[in-house]
Amino acid sequence: MDAIRADHLKKTFGPVTAVNEVSITVREGEIFGFLGPNGAGKTTTIRLLTGVLTPDAGTVTINGIDIHRHPLEAKMQMGVIPESSTVYGDMTAEQNLQLSGKMYGMPRALREERINELLSKMGLSEKRHIPVRTFSKGMKQRVSIACAIIHRPKVLFLDEPTSGLDVQSRRLVIETIRDMNGQGSTIFLTTHNIEEANTLCQTVCIINKGKIVAQDSPERLKKMFDTTQSVEVSFDRPVTQDLFKGGGIIRAEPCGDKWRLYTDNPDLLLKYLVGRAERESVGITSLTTSGPSLEEAFVQITECA
Amino acid sequence: MMEVPLFLRGIIVITGKNMRLYYTKPPVLMFGLLFPLFMFFAFFVGRHLDLVTFFPAFLAMMLFFTASSVAPLITPWEKREKTYERLLSYPVTQDSIIMGDVLAGAIFGIGISFLVWIASAAFVPVSITNWGLFFLAFILGTLSCAALGTLLSSPASDSPPNVMIFSNLIRFPLIFISGVFVPLQQMDGLGLALAYCSPLTYMVDLFNAAMTGISVFSPLIDCSVLAGVSFVFILVGRLIQKRNMMKGM
Repeated sequence: MDAIRADHLKKTFGPVTAVNEVSITVREGEIFGFLGPNGAGKTTTIRLLTGVLTPDAGTVTINGIDIHRHPLEAKMQMGVIPESSTVYGDMTAEQNLQLSGKMYGMPRALREERINELLSKMGLSEKRHIPVRTFSKGMKQRVSIACAIIHRPKVLFLDEPTSGLDVQSRRLVIETIRDMNGQGSTIFLTTHNIEEANTLCQTVCIINKGKIVAQDSPERLKKMFDTTQSVEVSFDRPVTQDLFKGGGIIRAEPCGDKWRLYTDNPDLLLKYLVGRAERESVGITSLTTSGPSLEEAFVQITECA
Repeated sequence: MMEVPLFLRGIIVITGKNMRLYYTKPPVLMFGLLFPLFMFFAFFVGRHLDLVTFFPAFLAMMLFFTASSVAPLITPWEKREKTYERLLSYPVTQDSIIMGDVLAGAIFGIGISFLVWIASAAFVPVSITNWGLFFLAFILGTLSCAALGTLLSSPASDSPPNVMIFSNLIRFPLIFISGVFVPLQQMDGLGLALAYCSPLTYMVDLFNAAMTGISVFSPLIDCSVLAGVSFVFILVGRLIQKRNMMKGM
């Protein structure tokens, strides 16, 4: 059975069609990445899938339950982490979790046990009695995630869960996603972080201007655009763009203390680069080649659409 | 069939959450508690009025202000804090949220007004001629006022101050046309016509019927009107809230 199935979803706001004929199928136990540029319709789609919004047309089922006909039963199956850290600032971490547990009808003893487990896992045990408004963004996000998974949902929706988080909080979020998936939960993840989608997701779906423009595994999406490869190179002294004119280089962009060069012909580029560096008396300190990236595929897909 | 217990549970949990979070918010304390007391002091104290005669109207005014103060604050506050979307993603519907808001307002109204009635009884020799009608007035009155509060919150954006200003623009005029300061029996012409349009009029009249045995309308009419307007307020509030759901989210 499909964990999430959306057929021909459509949603308009006045003259703007935010989501247009979107159909998505997410298999049970899958981590499904949903990517798109800003304003592409990601958040509206997730709101339609989670029953927050009602579509103008189309249907959504969660584990076979129609979310608009049986919203409460369908919502019992899922946990949602909205875009912002949506927890009650005037409540403590524990009170927020208590509220979530009650919403899902968890018995008191089970609720207490799960709250202790989650607070410990999220590193918030010592701050359980402190109002959430005093927490950092990362800590608020951890409370938000704990609220969404307290009932061990079969389907977990995450709307840009790592956006703006520090490294530790980001790692904890990713670990939690993997952990939930390991326990059998299906994950629907929207993110701006292409690398995150690449490493976490079995399937990636790209939306642009309200329409699905690509849906496949990250590797297959990359292969669709395997004509372009990149080379990262660093030098022993600063160089300018002029060094990269020729040698089949399509584009050169600075990348920290390195340069990333895009080409259709890596052999030609390497020969050119070594010769040019010698002529200019510039030493190459590091050089790595890499295949097509999901980021490149994403940019090409969304630019083509 | 599974949906009904889930729906009821959602209402109860949301009501509890509202009671915990919003009863102590400054706008609720200001407009729900202090304002009616100041109104009482301004109009009744030092003017040699018969407090026993005006007590039912005062009680109705207290109930009106307290019960209608909580709901207008909740949705704008939740939208501003970005918790509204999370709330909608729980196993609740917008109807459960509306009913939870109405109940939280109603419980606040009943609780505070009951305390005021008990405390006042120590100073004013108020009598109850019909206890059943008295409790019915409490329940229907508070329900209609809390439903009005929900209706007032329905154009909600994410700005609680704007909604509170709007709700006071509606609530204050109602006080002056509903027989609180001028008994209905003494009203005529346009004043009386306006009084007929205010739900507060029927609440004041029902309290009069319960406490003094004298009323302008039959208690049956008062009860029907209060039950009817509660239903209409909730229904219209629901329609407007559905239309404005995205506002401020």
